[in-house]
Amino acid sequence: MTDLNKINSVFVEKLKTIKSKDELQHLKTEFFGKSGEITNQFKKLSSFQGEEKKKFASSLNKLKDNFINLINKKFSEFESLEINKKLKDENIDISLPIRPFNQGKIHPVSQVIDEISSIFSEIGFSIAEGPDVETEYNNFTALNTPENHPARDMHDTFYLEKNKKLLLRTHTSPVQIRTMLNGKPPFKIIVPGRTYRSDSDQTHTPMFHQLEGLHIDKDITMGHLKGCLNYFVNEFFEIKNIKMRFRPSHFPFTEPSAEVDIQYKIKDGKIIIGEGDKWLEILGCGMVHPNVLNNVKIDTKKFQGFAFGMGIDRLAMLKYGINDLRSFFDSDYRWLNHFGFDPLDVPTNYRGLSR
Amino acid sequence: MIITLSWLKNHLNTNASLNKIIEGLTNIGLEVETVKESSNNLSDFKIAKILNVEKHPNADKLKLCNVDLGKGEKAKVVCGATNARKNLVTIYAPPGSVIPKTKTKLKIAKIRGIESHGMLCSESELNMSNESAGIIELKNKENLVGKNFFKSTGEKTIDISVTPNRPDCLGVRGIARDLASSGIGKLKNQPSIKLKEKFRQSIKVSITKEKNQGCSAFGSVYIKNVNNKESPEWLKKKIISLGLKPISAIVDATNYVMFDLNRPLHAYDADKINKEIIVRNSKKGESFEALDNKKYTLQNGMCVIADKSGVLGLGGIIGGVRSGTEITTKNVLLESAYFHPASVRKTAKELNINTDAKFRFERGIDPNSIESGLKLATCIILDICGGQVSKISISGNKKTNNKSVILKSDTFKKIIGTSISTHEIKDILSSLGFKVKLSKNHYKVEVPSWRPDINQEIDIVEELIRIKGFDKIKIIAPEKVRNQDTLNYKQKLFHLSQRAIASKGYLETVTWSFTDAKVDKLFNQGLEEIGILNPISSDLTVLRRSIFSNISLHLKKNQDRGYEDLGIFEVGPIFFGKQPGQQLIVAGGVKTGLIGRKSWIDKPRKLDVFDIKSDVLRTLFELNLKESDLLIKKDSKSYYHPGRSGSICLKSDNKKILAYFGEIHPAIVTTLDFKEKNVFGFEVFLDNIPEPSNKIRNNKIKYKVSDYQKSERDFAFVIDKNYNANEIETLVKNVNPDIIKSVKTFDVFEGQNLPEGKKSLAINVILQSESKTLTESDLEQISNKIIETVKEKTGATIRS
Repeated sequence: MTDLNKINSVFVEKLKTIKSKDELQHLKTEFFGKSGEITNQFKKLSSFQGEEKKKFASSLNKLKDNFINLINKKFSEFESLEINKKLKDENIDISLPIRPFNQGKIHPVSQVIDEISSIFSEIGFSIAEGPDVETEYNNFTALNTPENHPARDMHDTFYLEKNKKLLLRTHTSPVQIRTMLNGKPPFKIIVPGRTYRSDSDQTHTPMFHQLEGLHIDKDITMGHLKGCLNYFVNEFFEIKNIKMRFRPSHFPFTEPSAEVDIQYKIKDGKIIIGEGDKWLEILGCGMVHPNVLNNVKIDTKKFQGFAFGMGIDRLAMLKYGINDLRSFFDSDYRWLNHFGFDPLDVPTNYRGLSR
Repeated sequence: MIITLSWLKNHLNTNASLNKIIEGLTNIGLEVETVKESSNNLSDFKIAKILNVEKHPNADKLKLCNVDLGKGEKAKVVCGATNARKNLVTIYAPPGSVIPKTKTKLKIAKIRGIESHGMLCSESELNMSNESAGIIELKNKENLVGKNFFKSTGEKTIDISVTPNRPDCLGVRGIARDLASSGIGKLKNQPSIKLKEKFRQSIKVSITKEKNQGCSAFGSVYIKNVNNKESPEWLKKKIISLGLKPISAIVDATNYVMFDLNRPLHAYDADKINKEIIVRNSKKGESFEALDNKKYTLQNGMCVIADKSGVLGLGGIIGGVRSGTEITTKNVLLESAYFHPASVRKTAKELNINTDAKFRFERGIDPNSIESGLKLATCIILDICGGQVSKISISGNKKTNNKSVILKSDTFKKIIGTSISTHEIKDILSSLGFKVKLSKNHYKVEVPSWRPDINQEIDIVEELIRIKGFDKIKIIAPEKVRNQDTLNYKQKLFHLSQRAIASKGYLETVTWSFTDAKVDKLFNQGLEEIGILNPISSDLTVLRRSIFSNISLHLKKNQDRGYEDLGIFEVGPIFFGKQPGQQLIVAGGVKTGLIGRKSWIDKPRKLDVFDIKSDVLRTLFELNLKESDLLIKKDSKSYYHPGRSGSICLKSDNKKILAYFGEIHPAIVTTLDFKEKNVFGFEVFLDNIPEPSNKIRNNKIKYKVSDYQKSERDFAFVIDKNYNANEIETLVKNVNPDIIKSVKTFDVFEGQNLPEGKKSLAINVILQSESKTLTESDLEQISNKIIETVKEKTGATIRS
């Protein structure tokens, strides 16, 4: 037993002098190696008998466990010393800038088209498209705007041919014609797209974006039209109970026709939608004219419905406070960066249209 | 259409306030554009006299005028008019006044270094006429210097935007009728006019019978021995309120009737008419000088009013100088005719003439208003100028019968969704001048002659709801039901590509679908340009054949603005023909600059083709294409750098190009004068991306991984330079596609110790079996096969 006590005190003394992980490893070998003190004591075990043997074994094991614990503890101490030293050396100026990167953005027109699509998707509209170059028939004649009709003056048209048969569509309405000619009712579509008019000033650009809507089914009335647009306007501006006003107007392809105003006010030079007592025109709409339905061979006794059209760029300007329409199409880095949206900012119904 | 409250009240008995009337007009579809306080801003304009004129020290064409404003006030004004001279009496606009034409507010401003206090005005600037050459010259008004030029009418003018279907509302009476129908006031009866007709109209009028005759009725009266003069105040006031310039009693009277009843008239100096009036089609080459002082040369088939000597005027559009009335005119022939809308419109369009008469005739004038118009104008002229009047003569259709339209009892409810009573129907329609007869299940509605827009049942429905009020339509909330997909696959790709490319650091832009022909030529592969007949400017004359035509130029402009490290992209149409549908949707991006400019941590490097390749490939992956399905080839288009560009297609369909990418051809970069010369671009042709046959939910099911250890082997081949990395990778992969999981080139170099024409290509191969752990001998076997295959197919050697 005294051997063990002696070994213990030797170990404890030696442990005190250990200064590194290497020395610790040496110490471990000294006591636990092939001819280490502890190993040797275990070899002695066979020379004891009975109770003696049991007692010795127990004491020896205790001693061994204690040594190992002490070694491990010491080892941990060295480890944390080492890490602390490393950490001390590895201190950097975290305020330094990150690697340069380019943040991509989505154009406000695209963002607003996605917002609009999301809103109309909820109430069952799907998206239709048509070509930018149109026939004079689809753009005007089929839409109840015959040649030599003064309503054609409302559109300054770009033509591609002398005979004026081919043109750049002046509105998205010809997609109504294409859709109805190529399918069978019911129709429930919205059509976002590029439109063109030969007009250029502070508030007009030769290209702009329109959104067309068309809903044809049995018994679709002007009440449905009002309901649909009322829903859209409140959802789009993300404001509840915006006051709306339907005003009689005239479009050749709808009858009755209406223009829709929403309430607004000007505060500190900014337009605020949904407050105040001023009216702002935002779209045109109406019940699809029977002449149009006849032109696309739809039985007006069975089917009827509404159509509407609005300027997407203008909606974007109103919602996001953009002043100059022309800047939409300039690709100025500063403008795109300021008014653009993060690509992950996908408008959805569950997360909300906009942040 | 401009009206004033007092004029309106000539036709409407009402106590309603201006605001109430404005609101009422808007509610029935007569949108009020502006209400002008005509008295207020016009009172700023003073009669002034130029005391002396000096030359402007810094500008040859400008003068320095010292102007007498009366009451001892004077002002120094810089003026560019050639007629500005000493002692001229003209009109002065002080700082703070708003110029009617430009609607700009005058400020005290330095013009070429000299301060100008106000301005001297031309007629055009005051919206008095189109006369813009020189400032107004007032004769015999010296005693009025310092007085207001415009007599304050004390009235507001209401500018109404009348839709093209409502010609009847281009007259004050029509507007009054609509207002009365909506409950604002009561329409006054028109006083009947009895003329003392002493003799027959002696100038013969004939309307020739020929194809496409544009005139169906021509009414006229002859007024003799008139004393034409300046109009009396009441008439001048009305004419001025319309924004027109009073001319003479005869002309003002015809204009008054046009705006009062929407009945255009024309007055001829009867003494200048050679014998008779012939309404006929013009012959090509005929010409005449019109009242706008322009000479027009006519085509065949334009409706003209002529006499024995030739054309007097264009029917329903404009009269001629030869037969025009003057202050000295003694005998007048008044014309009140019906010209067909299409004919008027066609002629006016071809000759590019726009007049108040043309605007009305092309929309459709009441054919039965010939007589009432003549009577009213005659009455005014006789009143002011004296004279004797002939009987009214009408050639052609004397009366047009009214149309009838059937309105079924249930149609209103069916279209509007809200019901209307019989009582309401009768009230509304009769107040608008319709005659209504009720039968068992429908109404027979007779349409008044002034409503050419009413032709079918739906037109009646519109009238009813318009007057009843759109606010009476009950809202039916939409159902949240979706029976069809919102987007088809192509549309999804469009949206996805935008967000995919933006997430690679590109800013999305939207540019015109048309472009500069010169720039388009750089990218159009020598194909014919697709021209626009009437472009808006000389640098936007063609439809773009390439997505690069605009964005390359816009990238350059951003470089010029000082933004050198950026990428922009657009997803939009390009065109390959002028027929509808000859267009493709392209997602195209351009990028320029350095990676890591001014970075404390990395060395900056130039963008290179592998950056753009990475952008385009990652975009394709995000568009649901698998890397293993794609084939990358060296051939691209001529606007790319031939050695640093490529194309991407599907291995299964190498005809359809999915994308091009690469460095933009240096010659183009030079032509467009880019500041930063390394410019890269890509084009993804969304139309060529196939819709996968399986939805993602079908593919996710096939989850399979190997439980066995994977192994890696590297090989370095010395190989002919012409082989590209992809070829070798494919070759290796195909040695045993089941076990070779991936093949990747990780090093490539030429020169050093390698023979001429050779390169070293190092590839890393990952091997893994689904069924067992590969043994050393398995690996050895496959490695040897890889080496053998590459050697055999390419003549490569393994580098030791």
